[in-house]
Amino acid sequence: MTSMKRRTFLKGSVATSAIGMAVSAGLLTPRMVLAAWPKAAFEASTVDDALSGLFGSTTLTGSDKIKIKAPDIAENGAVVPVSVTTDLAAESISIIAEKNTSPLAASFILGSGTEGYVSTRIKMGKTASVIAVVKSGGKLYSTGKEVKVTIGGCGG
Amino acid sequence: MASIKMRAKASGGVTTIKALISHPMETGTRKDKKTGKKIPAHFIQEVVCAHGDKTVLTANWGAAISKNPYLSFRFKGGNAGDMVKLSWTDNKGNSDSAEVAIK
Repeated sequence: MTSMKRRTFLKGSVATSAIGMAVSAGLLTPRMVLAAWPKAAFEASTVDDALSGLFGSTTLTGSDKIKIKAPDIAENGAVVPVSVTTDLAAESISIIAEKNTSPLAASFILGSGTEGYVSTRIKMGKTASVIAVVKSGGKLYSTGKEVKVTIGGCGG
Repeated sequence: MASIKMRAKASGGVTTIKALISHPMETGTRKDKKTGKKIPAHFIQEVVCAHGDKTVLTANWGAAISKNPYLSFRFKGGNAGDMVKLSWTDNKGNSDSAEVAIK
């Protein structure tokens, strides 16, 4: 199903190259659809830039109330299961892979009744720390876990 | 297009959501082996999950989320039979949503 869609997309992109040129010229930005998506934070190439783009602050307080569940050694960097659990009253949980080209992988904004737990799978380019940043009461708390990657999962 | 597989289960006053979305999640840095050209970035940017009219989770994703993303989280409340809706939007403006009843 996905490959079918990609076919039609490829065909479509040839046929509508005029629109494609408009997109590259910045006249039509598909990303304008999502105003809330923190573009600067996701395109940042350092952890600090990602943090300031996301929270406007880079001050992290280490916390033992955040637990990261991730493998010690990830054989395939394209799929690294990561779970973050926290006892803090979390407003948001963000997952950062320190040495990725764009370190910020995901930022979860939790509703009022949502528990401090998220689980997902991320890509990692190389061995690095996975950092979980929890925003609670206006402050940022974090913890990290080293994940060894034997085969990178960011392109090739 | 059914791109979302989702389960919602209530237990002890807490509802657990598990979802799998089928999506290529291209980073934009990978090259097509045949043409040598870069495959354009194509990834989910936002996932929103709502229980009734209340948003329980908004996830902002980058391209570093794995292909065919998996997502799991828990929220307080939710009774068997309540509807939970999950929707996603990607960087090309495509979107999809699915709704399931809590078990």
